[in-house]
Order: sequence, then C-alpha cells, then structure tokens
Amino acid sequence: MINEENREMRDSMSKIETTSAASSGADIRKEVKPSSLASVAASHESKSKSREIRDGVGLEARGIHAWFGKKLVLEDISLDFAPGTVTALIGPSGCGKSTFIRILNRMHEFIPTAALAGDVLLGGKDIYGSGVDVTKIRLKIGMVFQKPNPFPSMTIRENVLSGLRLAQIKLSNEDELLESCLLRAGLWDEVKDRLNEYGGALSGGQQQRLCIARSLAVNPKVLLMDEPCSALDPGSTLRIEETIRELSESISIVIVTHNMQQAARVSDYTGFFLSDGGPGKLIEVGSTSEIFSTPKDQRTLDYVTGRFG
Amino acid sequence: MPKVLPEPREITTVPRISDRIFRGIVTTGGLSTLAILALIAFFLVFNGFEVIRDEGLRFLTGFDWMDAIPDEGIAATYGIGAMLYGTLVIGLLAIIFGVPIAVGAALFLSYYAPEWIKRPMVVVIDVMAAIPSVVFGLWGYFILMPHAEYWAKLIHKYLGFIPIFDMPAPAYSRSPFIAGLVLAIMIIPIVASISREVFAQTPPDRIQAAYALGATKWAMIKAVVFPYGIGGVIGGAMLGLGRALGETVAVYTVLNLVYDIRIEILLSAGGSVASMIVNKFGEADAIELRALMAAGFVLFVVTLIVNFIANAIINRTARRG
Repeated sequence: MINEENREMRDSMSKIETTSAASSGADIRKEVKPSSLASVAASHESKSKSREIRDGVGLEARGIHAWFGKKLVLEDISLDFAPGTVTALIGPSGCGKSTFIRILNRMHEFIPTAALAGDVLLGGKDIYGSGVDVTKIRLKIGMVFQKPNPFPSMTIRENVLSGLRLAQIKLSNEDELLESCLLRAGLWDEVKDRLNEYGGALSGGQQQRLCIARSLAVNPKVLLMDEPCSALDPGSTLRIEETIRELSESISIVIVTHNMQQAARVSDYTGFFLSDGGPGKLIEVGSTSEIFSTPKDQRTLDYVTGRFG
Repeated sequence: MPKVLPEPREITTVPRISDRIFRGIVTTGGLSTLAILALIAFFLVFNGFEVIRDEGLRFLTGFDWMDAIPDEGIAATYGIGAMLYGTLVIGLLAIIFGVPIAVGAALFLSYYAPEWIKRPMVVVIDVMAAIPSVVFGLWGYFILMPHAEYWAKLIHKYLGFIPIFDMPAPAYSRSPFIAGLVLAIMIIPIVASISREVFAQTPPDRIQAAYALGATKWAMIKAVVFPYGIGGVIGGAMLGLGRALGETVAVYTVLNLVYDIRIEILLSAGGSVASMIVNKFGEADAIELRALMAAGFVLFVVTLIVNFIANAIINRTARRG
C-alpha cells in the first residue's frame, strides 16, 4: 500500500521535472495530478465542509518568535485554529513544530533559556498576559506527548482522573466521567474490566489512548498532540487516528506529525514549517486537500510529494 | 511421533588473561568486605558470648549495669535494656526532626532554588556531612542546648498533658529531645543528598504530563516526584537512622545516660548503647569489657536489621516506580 503511494508520488514528481523546463510555476501545479495523499485529504474534506462551525473556543497565535538562549528558533508564526477543527503541523525535523506546539499551552517556559515574543489568544485572551493563571490555561489546552507517559504509580482509573486531583477539581460523578473519557479515547472496551490495574501494564498504544483519556478528563477546549503516534505500531496508530476524528467533533485539535499520510488522513488544515538552517518559519497553511494537491509554495510541494524531508 | 527436543547446549566463554586478573582483583575486594564484616561479628560474639550466656534474655531487657562486689557476695549483672530503648528513642527523634528538613531541602534544591543558589548549597550540605561528630557534640552542648531547653519548656507548657512531654522534675538539659535534635542535624546531609539524587531522576515526561494537566508545582510533586522518589527517601532515612543509632561522641556529649526506661523525652535522662560503651570502656575490668563487647554485638545486629528493613522497603516501592 505504502509502496504504491510512493510510486505514485514518484510519478507525479517526475512529471514536475519533465514539465518544469517548459512551463511557468502556475502551469506546473495545474498539470500535477493530485498525489494519493491529496486524494486521501480530499476524501474526508467533504465531510468536514458539511460540518457546521461548532461553538467552542478558537486559538490564535500572533507573530510568535521563540528563542533558546540567543538562538532564534521560530520566526513570526501566525496561525489560527478554528473551533472543532483538526490542524496538522508538518515539516522536517528541527523546524520548530514541537517548540511551536509547546508554546500554545505554555510548556515552552519550562526550558530554562527559552524566550518568546508574540501573543497566543485563547478565546481572544492572551494566555501569556500578566495575571493569567497558567495552570488554568493548561486545563483548557491539553497536551498529549510523543512518548506515552501514564503515571506508573496510579491505576488506570486514577490515571484518567489524575487531572482532577492535580488541579484540585471536585466532582460527584467520577465514574461517569471515567467511562466517558475512556469511551471517547477508544479504550473503554479494552480496560473496563481492569480499571484498578496499573497503567504501566497496558501496551504502548493503549497507554497513549490512556493519556488521551487523561487529558480529556479535565474537559479541555483544545488538545495539542506532539507526534502522538510516532512510538506506536500501525494498528494503534489507526485506532488513535479514529479517536482524533471522533474528538474533533467536540474540541479543536492541533497535531504535530512526521507522517504525511497521517496529516492527510486526520486533519482539516495543514501548516508546513521549514527551517533553512536559521529559525523555523511557517511556509504555508491551508486546507489539507489544498496543501497536498495544489500548494502555493514550491517548497511545500517538494515536501509533500516526498522530494525532501 | 513425539517431538524430540535437543538438549540445551552448554555455552562457555574463556576470558582473556587480563580479564581474569581484573576479575581476581575485584573478587578479592568484594569478598574481603564480607570477610571483615564476619570477623567483626565473630570478634564481638567471641568476646561477649559468656556474658550473653550468663545473662540470657535479661541482657536485652535488664536495666542494671553493676560490677560484681565480691566482698558483699554480689554477682555482676549486665543489662542494656534501658540503653537499647534510649538508642531507639533518640534515633526515632532524629528521623522525625531530620527527615522533613532534609526532604524539604532536597525539594527546594531540585525544584525551587534559582541556579545561583543551587550549587553553593549542594556544596554546603556536603561539607556538613564532613564535620566531625565531636564538633556537633560541642556545638550541641554549648549553642543548641540553651535554645532547645527553652523550646522544651514551651512544649511541656502547652503539650505537657501528653505523657511523653511530661516533666516529673524541672531538668531540661541533656535530654533525649536535645540528643535527637543534634542527631537530626547530623543525618540531614545524607538524607538530603540521597533524596535530591532520586528527585533529580524523576522522569521529565511524567513531570510534563502533570503540568500539562494543569497541576501546580506542589500538586506535581505530590503526584509524580514523591511516588517516584519515596523508595530513595526511605532508603536515605534508614541510612541516616543507621548513623544515628551508631553515633557515639556527639550523643555522649549532649545526653545524660541514665539506666532507666523513661518515656518523658524532655527529661534529662536517656540512653544510648554506643555512648554507654564509650562511657564505661575506660575503667572496665575484664568481665565488664566482655559485657561491653556483647552490647556492641547487639548494636551491630540492630543496625543490620534496620538496613535489611530499609532494603525491603526500597525494593517494594521501587518495583512500582
């Protein structure tokens, strides 16, 4: 399957090469047949277009610059995340995607020398504003990490509900919440009979879904996912992608991924990051089908067709 | 036809000569520590067994420590019950006072201290471990005791209704309370540095997970750092307890040795096996010396038991961490 896609990509690439000598840039893009990724992206676009815009809270990044020490690693990133959408951030390693996503829920500041300019607006309010309670921000903007990291000293049940304990939220119907979070994360059927076992006993894919359930328990408005499937096998990846599609019915999701097929499968919008040795920049952002079929920037086209990266 | 499984092969490796020499050196080193330990135990038992045989269980439970007076026909009786009890009391007090301060210091250094204060403070704590115990004893006697007596009076005034804070006589100096304070200060460095090391090893992804769920720093420490580090903290505390139980000179300086079991910790009457040995050693005759050896053996065994318990606790908690 993957081989087939690669062949198609190669075909479309050779087409670019043969025609580029004769035609102008705009013509090239017309002639390029949508790659298989583009068709994957287009196949679910009809669905997402038909969805009404849900009530929810949008997230906007405005003119984000980031430094580690003296080194500028992100330059002038502005990006909107509409409520109820999935946005994929793609780009080669070291282009600042992870740094950017960590800026969105203030995890950036844990790195000692990290600095930042610009605003991140959640529902119109700057999350870096003075007097903002950072713990409340992180409750509203949840995060799932690259490596599954359930708390090993807690049972499955305690893991899911750990956010309530950590943020000192009292709730009467914890069992209901437990079930609904595990259901939404697509893990309920697999663990409902062993909720009091330790979280570390689960498989990697199950652990990651446990982490998703855990982040859902505090009812976030936005869920950030930093390469959530990179440590998982294809079966678990598929399961988590289904979960992402289901979750996007109710919350906005931002997902960093190295897997372009994944970006094409799950996201409504895609942003392409690139660094030419200097700071990472947002080269292009658009609807996912557009990015994978008719991107406006040549570098995006090169990347999504597999020419580099 | 039943399947025939082959016999497992024997796999051997012939180490090189250099490896064999090195193996010999480290094996000698490893075994000699065991041998030294065994020899010390043998020495103590060999010298003390007569007394233990004669006294039996009374050696552990008795309160009297009297040489024979042949003229009056009184046989010698040796019992370290009061001293053993006193040792455990001051050891426990040292843990109660010392461990919270040490764990607090370790948390401060790991998660709260700004960089510029961190390094000097780590050095200071290490230096604290290098101070000779006699210095702690003198400092405790001349500097700490006057203050501690005042604190003891306050505790007695407001909590005197609790039996352990009762005072039958107004003698506040050289009490187990003060000895416990001095020992607490002596065990802080080791408990703090072991705690700091285990706290520093807390997996960063768990810390981030807690923060990403909206945890405050304190909530994160409770949910992630403590469950991970508890085994190490207990291990450090037990090592500290081992030091406190065996501490001799400092305790001898600040504690009034009394051959009696008293539950009042503020009262100027306490016990310590190690200090008693030092106290009696200089003027002991041959028989009493054997009794002191036996006392040393008991202290040795108690310390071993404490270490075994510490290991058991660490292993049990580490498995989940």
